[in-house]
Amino acid sequence: MFGLDRKDTRLLILVAILTMAAPFLLNPFPEGSAMAQFNAGYPDLMQRFVIFGIFAIGFNILFGLTGYLSFGHAAFLGVGSYAAIWMMKLLTMNVIPAIFMGVIFGGLFAVIVGYISLRRSGIYFSILTLAFAQMSFALAYSVLTPITGGETGLQPKTNDPRILDGTLADGATPKANIFGLEMSSSFELPLGSWLFTFNTGYYLAAFVMLASFYVAIRIFRSPFGMMLRAVKSNQQRMTYTGLNPRPYTLAAFVISGMYAGLAGGLMVAMDTQVGPERMFWTASGEVVLMTILGGVGTLIGPVLGAGAIKYMENIISKINSDILHTWFAFLPDGLEDLVVTLIYPFIGKGWHLTLGIIFMLVVIFLPGGLVEGGQRIAKLFSRKKADDNTSDVAKAPAE
Amino acid sequence: MTKSTFTRRGALKTSAIAGAGVAMPTIFTGSSAAAFTNEPAGSSVTLGFNVPQTGPYADEGADELRAYELAVEHLNGGGDGGMMNTFSSKALQGNGILGKKVEYVTGDTQTKSDAARASAKSMIEKDGAVMITGGSSSGVAVAVQALCQEAGVIFMAGLTHSNDTTGKDKKANGFRHFFNSYMSGAALAPILGANYGTDRKAYHLTADYNWGYTTEEAVRTSTEAMGWETVAAVKTPLTQTDFSSYVAPVLQSGADVLVLNHYGGNMVNSLTSAVQFGLREKEANGKNFEIVVPLYSRLMARGAGANVKGIFGSTNWHWSLPDEGTQAFVRSFGTKYGFPPSQAAHTCYVQALLYADAVERAGSFNPCAVGEALEGFEFDGMGNGKTLYRAEDHQCFKDVLVVKGKENPTSEFDLLEIVEITPVSQVTYDASIFGGELGACNPGA
Repeated sequence: MFGLDRKDTRLLILVAILTMAAPFLLNPFPEGSAMAQFNAGYPDLMQRFVIFGIFAIGFNILFGLTGYLSFGHAAFLGVGSYAAIWMMKLLTMNVIPAIFMGVIFGGLFAVIVGYISLRRSGIYFSILTLAFAQMSFALAYSVLTPITGGETGLQPKTNDPRILDGTLADGATPKANIFGLEMSSSFELPLGSWLFTFNTGYYLAAFVMLASFYVAIRIFRSPFGMMLRAVKSNQQRMTYTGLNPRPYTLAAFVISGMYAGLAGGLMVAMDTQVGPERMFWTASGEVVLMTILGGVGTLIGPVLGAGAIKYMENIISKINSDILHTWFAFLPDGLEDLVVTLIYPFIGKGWHLTLGIIFMLVVIFLPGGLVEGGQRIAKLFSRKKADDNTSDVAKAPAE
Repeated sequence: MTKSTFTRRGALKTSAIAGAGVAMPTIFTGSSAAAFTNEPAGSSVTLGFNVPQTGPYADEGADELRAYELAVEHLNGGGDGGMMNTFSSKALQGNGILGKKVEYVTGDTQTKSDAARASAKSMIEKDGAVMITGGSSSGVAVAVQALCQEAGVIFMAGLTHSNDTTGKDKKANGFRHFFNSYMSGAALAPILGANYGTDRKAYHLTADYNWGYTTEEAVRTSTEAMGWETVAAVKTPLTQTDFSSYVAPVLQSGADVLVLNHYGGNMVNSLTSAVQFGLREKEANGKNFEIVVPLYSRLMARGAGANVKGIFGSTNWHWSLPDEGTQAFVRSFGTKYGFPPSQAAHTCYVQALLYADAVERAGSFNPCAVGEALEGFEFDGMGNGKTLYRAEDHQCFKDVLVVKGKENPTSEFDLLEIVEITPVSQVTYDASIFGGELGACNPGA
């Protein structure tokens, strides 16, 4: 189906089901119960899951296939975001042009950065991209303040031109929409003590994510993808056979920059605000973590990794000592305090610590990332399914 | 195959949604006339405390969180009541807000606007918070304020000093108790004139971002108005830690005053650099060389150590103030945590109480009703003397403290001494000078 073989079709369908049913899957605990703390099925986080999924899928096209480790990918995300918000300010609050321009500008910037950085490989390439990203951050933060709004960033204002939109009703604020349907509009479905939220913005982002996932599968399976893998496995041999790897790597770099721009545009579409810290080097590092955590070079891995990291950032970081005390209230006083003291460093502001430990465990015991974990579990249950579920790409080691 | 599965699912979902829509229960349709975002149902109300727990302002954030926890305790009738006893409005009973027990959720802004908005959104969408408060950076405050405006909840800003928060980026759902750059400049200038003379030449080092710009402009305008001359204004990158290359050219420039428009770690480093260069022992133009820090905080003074001695700056509040409200707050904060609160803690505590009081007086959690109750509200007994929440820009107007580093500190908390309490009339400005539009209040839903 769609030019995919059976295995890939199944994967695509699986991802489609997961994204479409996410409001149910991510809200397994009833409202008001103690476990509701772990529910992730609210619009903002679901949007982040799929948007960072797109970002990581794009990053994986570069890193997973060619082995070029870019440490400056957040710059493309940021450039895409700024392009998108300017479309909203100047043209219309409809998200289509915003997302479109996000992709274009992400791609254009990637052409420039890629053309220069790809002259080197390995660590030198990583450092070059990192330098570009930090430069973009510094520019956005202060030098280009008139264009980027500096530290405060940009938001749509009531007095922006928006030449395609009609004038706002008095007192109304401009809201991102797609042909009049607001991104923030949600439908809430209460079932018993559960509450499921279906959000317009989320479904838009989810469809875009499915499309980009499909494109990624096609790239992975194409002759072009094969060339990229050749770059990763032995660039010298490739040169000796008379092939110039530069156009291929540059193409991969630009494609992955466009994915980042798309993610940036979508972020603005969901939440109309851009700040320069989106381009900070830690943001670039985050996408590397997502990809490695999920599984480098696999199709679904980066999406899983993005989900895992965003989940930690948004759920674990919100548990405070008060909540711990209510959980362990059944224990005797002294014991309760002890348990809370033991757990406390890993929650709230300690979420980085938890993430770090999980990352270490994954890298040490599951070098193939969460995908490898899934494969091992699958292998436990059926020997036959084990080699069926994975592509040979999945087993390629991380660079 | 895929396609058919797809559409079938779509069709199933659509019919499920339609079915559920028909059977919509009463919790969403009830009291539809007064419905607003996250209307508290049941016996409790949730507030969102969004503070930096990691990153450069984690210290301030931790102190803010302590203050919020104390405020919740007092609102629910626990502890000694703190400033609730000295507050001029007596609407708060110590039985929660409107009889509902106050509960809270916390989040980490990381001092990044993206993270702050993500955290605030999860409080609104997931935890049902009806008010968001906190923050320790103007960029974050502006970002979260805009989010709250869109979502239809009240935002009570924490520590944010830039003019923009209630200037060009002001929003109808946002309120700020803290003072701003303009007030710092207006309060400092007369003191500087009286102590250093009115014919000084100033050299500015400014942190290269929005807050730095507005502070530099404020200090410049007010000092130039009394006859100072600005020799040069140099921008320094925010991430700079070694300021020696910026301090070295100051003496050759012919300036005799150095103004450090820096905050937090920046200020600690630049001040230390300047003192190590021996600037304060130098003479220029026949006068003693002086250093000025427009925005002071106790946490910064502690970082800079002995270097702050005798250096002038402004601050929103200081725990050593003699008034009743301050004393009550310092007492209950000290009893609970063992040390005096910082100005960040003070402004956050006061904001939480002001919100609760406004809800009580309005008789509703509706952001529009609360906003109306806060607009033009005059109160006293919160540590800053008589204070007005101006209706035009939702900025508090109150006395501003001019402080200087203490020569002989008695403890690690006793680092600043109050030089003058600048009366509110001297720092009041016209609401329209920064531009921006308040817009209409948004109750959401």
